Amino acid sequence: MPKLTIDGNEVEVDAGLTVLQACEQIGIEIPRFCYHERLSIAGNCRMCLVALERAPKPVASCAMPVGEGMVIHTNTPEVHKMRKGVMEFLLINHPLDCPICDQGGECDLQDQAMGYGLDHSRYKENKRAVEDKEMGPLIETVMTRCIHCTRCVRFTTEIAGITDMGMLGRGEHAEITSYLEKAVDSELSGNVIDLCPVGALTSKPYAFVARPWELKKTETVDVMDAVGSNIRVDARGSEVMRVLPRLNEDVNEEWISDKTRFACDGLRRQRLDRPYIRENGKLVPASWDDAFALIESKVDGLDGSKIAAIAGDQADSEAMVSLKALMINLGSANIDCRQDGSQIDPSTRAAYIFNSEIAGIEQADALLIVGSNPRLEAAIINARIRKRFMAGKFPIGVIGEAADLRYDYEHLGTCPADLKAVLDAKSAFGKILKDATRPMIIIGQGALAREDGAAIQALTHQIAEAYGVVDTNKGWNGYNVLHTAASRVAGLDIGFVPGEGGLATHDIVAAAGNGDVEVVYLLGADEIDTQALGNAFVVYQGHHGDNGAHRADVILPGAAYTEKNATWVNTEGRVQLGRLAAFPPGDAREDWTIIRALSDVLGKSIPCNDLRGVRSMLVNANTNFMNIDIAVDAKWGSFGVAGDVTDAPFTSPIDNFYMTDPISRASETMAKCTETFLEAQEKATGTHG
Amino acid sequence: MTDAPETFEFDAEGRKRAEAEIAKYPEGAQRSAVMPLLDIAQRQCGGWLPMPAIEYVSEYLEMPAIRVLEVASFYTMYNLKPIGKHFVQVCTNLPCWLNGSDNIMKACQDKLGVRSGETTEDGEFTLLEVECLGACVNAPMMQINDDYYEDLDSGGTAAILDELRAGKTPKTGSQLARFTCEPLGELTSLTHQEDLRAQKTAGKVNS
Repeated sequence: MPKLTIDGNEVEVDAGLTVLQACEQIGIEIPRFCYHERLSIAGNCRMCLVALERAPKPVASCAMPVGEGMVIHTNTPEVHKMRKGVMEFLLINHPLDCPICDQGGECDLQDQAMGYGLDHSRYKENKRAVEDKEMGPLIETVMTRCIHCTRCVRFTTEIAGITDMGMLGRGEHAEITSYLEKAVDSELSGNVIDLCPVGALTSKPYAFVARPWELKKTETVDVMDAVGSNIRVDARGSEVMRVLPRLNEDVNEEWISDKTRFACDGLRRQRLDRPYIRENGKLVPASWDDAFALIESKVDGLDGSKIAAIAGDQADSEAMVSLKALMINLGSANIDCRQDGSQIDPSTRAAYIFNSEIAGIEQADALLIVGSNPRLEAAIINARIRKRFMAGKFPIGVIGEAADLRYDYEHLGTCPADLKAVLDAKSAFGKILKDATRPMIIIGQGALAREDGAAIQALTHQIAEAYGVVDTNKGWNGYNVLHTAASRVAGLDIGFVPGEGGLATHDIVAAAGNGDVEVVYLLGADEIDTQALGNAFVVYQGHHGDNGAHRADVILPGAAYTEKNATWVNTEGRVQLGRLAAFPPGDAREDWTIIRALSDVLGKSIPCNDLRGVRSMLVNANTNFMNIDIAVDAKWGSFGVAGDVTDAPFTSPIDNFYMTDPISRASETMAKCTETFLEAQEKATGTHG
Repeated sequence: MTDAPETFEFDAEGRKRAEAEIAKYPEGAQRSAVMPLLDIAQRQCGGWLPMPAIEYVSEYLEMPAIRVLEVASFYTMYNLKPIGKHFVQVCTNLPCWLNGSDNIMKACQDKLGVRSGETTEDGEFTLLEVECLGACVNAPMMQINDDYYEDLDSGGTAAILDELRAGKTPKTGSQLARFTCEPLGELTSLTHQEDLRAQKTAGKVNS
């Protein structure tokens, strides 16, 4: 390990680090624009200059590897002067439009100009102006502000895996652009907005909306997919203005998907802000008392077997555990949190979580993806897979749709039969898995949410056993289920699944259709066939006027994920706390309190009076809820039901990444993305005539 | 001038040369040949690179089109817009400027009626002011297509342009009584190698 002296401190750091990283390790901050720890080193902004003794000129610390005996100075008048010089050059063509720039107040260039900028300009020549580029509905560009750090180019190329962006021209005429000014087609494109150290790339939906200092920042988690990305919600008053990523190395690193970032404008539209009752076929506003009274009149005296509840993909744990308690009190076993009809085995925890954890992908050395398109189902996890792929020696096999996943893979087939073939001793990919030290399987909902899901699960269990996907000696469990619903793992942990003799989602819908079930309680469940519920009395509790609300006989307005203190469990089984960033609109309430109040009206009170009470119900249901922010290893066991499989090919449950839930369906930005990225493609392939 | 073609493909000769260039690099590093391939494409397109040619090269080398466009836009010897039949590039860097490149530029402008970066209406000439072309020893100079014209003056420059317009082939290299880049008049050094001149003239030694 090389020893070097930085500002008089002798330090020993790992070989291969750069001088900038060594400085950071001892707490010396080096100003920088182009350097980013997750991107390749470009060394083109020159802001990170330091003085290296015996070197003929200042060195760019981001690109200089540490060497034995180096003597570095970062805080001398000379270094300060060098940086001032660099800053003066950077500002030559940078417009002085901070007052009308969205980056103002959170701009690296602005901040560092405070430290290294001159108080006047010596530049008398013409400033250059650059035409703005069109980059789609998410990214606003003001290219005159660009300082050519190329972070956006490196991010899209290296992490997002698209080759749309580049820098054309040279010197004075260099310009960042997307190829032929196409919209940047990536599920992760919004991250370039965070990466841009100046105001060249900013958020289009957030343009001229707010200033950072007037926003209330709340650290919470995302529910647009089952990744549980850590986010910061910025709200002004009761309005969520934007969503930004929060650093969590174990989950989302520092990226979030475009849906996570941009769907928040859906929180303002189509909201259910007061209870509604259906009268003569029309939904009319009502009071909470009237709504509860109507439910009571329908439920009163009804046999438990004629009542059913389905929890949707964004239901929080507190609401689910409350609703389960209420249903038990009502004598009903007809509850299900798997509205896609997934056949997943809830009895063994290892059977339904992402056992290796997301960070574990980086340790894997072979991967089989079954029935999943991780790019659409969990863009952040897909970025991790790509990160591992880029590190090299990572064979990937896919059984399912042959979609563009942004990395190379071997397409092994589309049907369950191809999955069986991997088990065959002669299978080439089977051998790859067998030879790997840490093989991994990712099973998507496309493989489990089908009639033969249990048999397919049994098959994947067999593969896991046969190829050492689970090795307790090594502490490795590469059996990973990739969920698409933020509520799913919590629902399974709580046991929000049919009790003894209870009906599962499809059976509930069918029974409601033929009259066997008379009352259906939908907890934010919008992705079922609500028109098939027949004459059943439908209670919809949720936050958006979506499919469920359209069919409902009573609507109980709940809170969206930014409007409640709630617990979420991501696909890894990691329990994370969401926090209230803005209050729910109008009469809407936090979801568990609605169920708690309703249980009193029905005379079936559930035992909790405050958030602490409902959380202790969660812990009673499953001790995992005690482990906040930690993904606890699950014990491996046997699961799945061996049986016949069909020939039907695996399909991903998501065809439109931008619209998967009531919030994103209400979002104008997501609608624009759908139009730009999906409908344009359809037109190009000629399906629109 | 050539109009932008809808499609582009190497002709047989171009393909042969492209393959020879690619063969210079190890397997998997074929994209290293992007610059010679762009040159081959540019020559085939009449001195400029239309978008179909850039995309063709990117597919040929299995690399993203934006990376090819980055190269093509970075180097000034690739033209992304059509040019005239005769591409007149006048050097205006220091040695040429000291030797009167302003006059050469003016002669071109007067003769052709266009300014730097413009093409004559008949599509015969494109005039461009460029940086050093590496012939400072015989400054001032200009390059027209692949040929250098050195030791210029206003009159000589106009005469060269006239000859080109008339379809003739003007004398290339130094316009004075100078052999390649040797001193004007008698040799002052390396005189014992006088017979080299004869050998060069006979084509036995590369000039």
